[in-house]
Amino acid sequence: MKPIIEFHNICKTYQIGHELKAYSTFRDSLTSLFRRSTTTKEDFYALKDISFELNEGDTLGIIGKNGAGKSTLLKVLSRITSPSSGHIIARGRMASLLEVGTGFHPELTGSENIFLNGSILGLKRTEIKSKFEEIVDFSGVKNFLDTPLKHYSSGMQLRLAFAVAAHLEPEILIIDEVLAVGDAEFQRKCLGKMNEVSRSGRTILFVSHNMAAIESLCTKSIVLSGGQLKGMGTTSEMINLYLNEYSKGSGSLLNGKLEFSENDSLLIRSVEVNGDGIKGSVVCMGGDLQFRVNVASSEIIHQPVLGLVFRNMQEVAVLGINNRHYGIELSKTNSSNFDITFEMKNTALMPGIYSIDLFLGDGAADLDSIPGAFTIEVESRDIMGSGLMPSEKLNTFFHNSCDWRIS
Amino acid sequence: MTEYIIRPAKGLKLDFSELWEFRELIFIFTWRDIKVKYKQTFLGFAWAVLQPLLMMGIFAVFFGRVLNVPSDGLPYPLFSFAGLMFWNIFATGVSQAGNSMVSNAGIIKKIYFPRLIIPLSSILSAVFDFLMTLLIYAALIIYYGISINIFFLGICFLFSLVLTIITTFGLGSLIAALNVKYRDFRYIIPFMIQVLLFVTPVIYPLSMVEKPWLKYILQLNPMAGAVSVARAGLLGKMPDPGIIGISSLMALILLIGGIIVFRKTESTFADLA
Repeated sequence: MKPIIEFHNICKTYQIGHELKAYSTFRDSLTSLFRRSTTTKEDFYALKDISFELNEGDTLGIIGKNGAGKSTLLKVLSRITSPSSGHIIARGRMASLLEVGTGFHPELTGSENIFLNGSILGLKRTEIKSKFEEIVDFSGVKNFLDTPLKHYSSGMQLRLAFAVAAHLEPEILIIDEVLAVGDAEFQRKCLGKMNEVSRSGRTILFVSHNMAAIESLCTKSIVLSGGQLKGMGTTSEMINLYLNEYSKGSGSLLNGKLEFSENDSLLIRSVEVNGDGIKGSVVCMGGDLQFRVNVASSEIIHQPVLGLVFRNMQEVAVLGINNRHYGIELSKTNSSNFDITFEMKNTALMPGIYSIDLFLGDGAADLDSIPGAFTIEVESRDIMGSGLMPSEKLNTFFHNSCDWRIS
Repeated sequence: MTEYIIRPAKGLKLDFSELWEFRELIFIFTWRDIKVKYKQTFLGFAWAVLQPLLMMGIFAVFFGRVLNVPSDGLPYPLFSFAGLMFWNIFATGVSQAGNSMVSNAGIIKKIYFPRLIIPLSSILSAVFDFLMTLLIYAALIIYYGISINIFFLGICFLFSLVLTIITTFGLGSLIAALNVKYRDFRYIIPFMIQVLLFVTPVIYPLSMVEKPWLKYILQLNPMAGAVSVARAGLLGKMPDPGIIGISSLMALILLIGGIIVFRKTESTFADLA
């Protein structure tokens, strides 16, 4: 039995131009047509030498940070953009849900859109006709079939879109982040449907930031980083690999200090991190965490506000704090270059890696923000002295001042 | 089981079997364009007929009555409407097809299908408008009571229609491809169509042009051929074989050139649109 998908040394490059001199006038840009180009070109590898094989019935999770090449990989596979070199052999009808509801037209009615969307996704008209009732039932918008789509709520549009997509019966299904939208109940419905599809022996490629979803749906996974394939194996192995990769990400701290260039941020120049009194980004559960943020502004910021958002591996915010919310005004500085020190005692986060977004404001507006500025790692420790740990599945935080009584 | 190989885009081979495989999508897109065009209008499909009818009225008053433009012995409204019908396919077709890749960018970035389907179906929706006006034209012929050879007229109109579609598709896909990269074409298209209206014998007959060299240049425009052949059909006269040859050749050059440019830029559409 031949593999259903074979990737052979796939590369995708984009040319990025570096302008040596910005055009100042229209005349300049016209004359530059006749002069030698003032730009230098550089190849940027969105995908570099990707090779792997997939067998029929495999469900493959694709794991990686933003910009790792996950979506590009799916786009090349679904033939939306062509590879720069290498080739892929695919054996089977393919359908991609890079975004549900592709091609929906707001002026057309619900039932018209079922036909339009179904055809775009590769269903034949007769197939749509035979599944029409099923699609309508699944969507739950039966009473609005003759209403133009523009009058639908966004939730109804989503349900209709997913209903069509769920009734595709391709041998290979490509899914990119469909679960990022919709309410919890809808997400459960989608996951259920995808489970059903995978059980019926079809091949699925699934991209998500939601590790729990990948873990429950995918038997195999690959990890991408910087356009390269870092590994392929069972999902739990790959999630571990990714977590290790992630902790050494772009925001890694050398000697506990990270400097930001003008490209990264406007005002925040550097951050120094201290965990348990030691320079570095590692802190034990219940330990003390200290950030020292250096700001260099051209104008004096009278009442700076520093905000921090901690995100877990699923990029879900778990903690968002700023000094103003905690009733603390940072006293006036007359200098445009100052440090703000933030200290968190008894860090109550569960073990794991957290990425931190930094925000700087003046009380009225955000002046600067660095999403994913750096990461910290919380190490597990026998914090309760019980030899046991609070369940990591149930907790994001632990509570360290509880009282228990029996009477 | 379908097996296919995805490779870097190379070569200009046009995969007709693939286009045929996606024929349903061509009609779905055409149907969508027609449907959307007349949604939420009070008169609906009547606009397909009313637009050229109104144009004909204006032309008949200004060019027929006031300026006394000759009309090859036909009543002027009949004469100008024959030209307008084919001209409208071209004008609407080229402008819709020209903008089609940009306006469908959302779909192009998400789903694969042969990209030529997009400009092709925008042209087919213009052909639908033509078919509607054909009914009005039949009524006009009866109203003016001119005698026609219906078989000969049919053949001439069919030839003109095919010639118009080829021309429109060639130029339309050329502009569609260029428009993805250079959005300047969004502004060039309406201007270009306006200019082309004057160099195409829609308002005036080609016989009115006296300088022979100018006549030859005008005949290079395949739409001149389409309009002339349609009118020859009305008059029951054999159209000039020279003009048939030149315009067919030009239309084919446009078609091949348009498709080549389109195919060459196709693989980058998703990155640029």
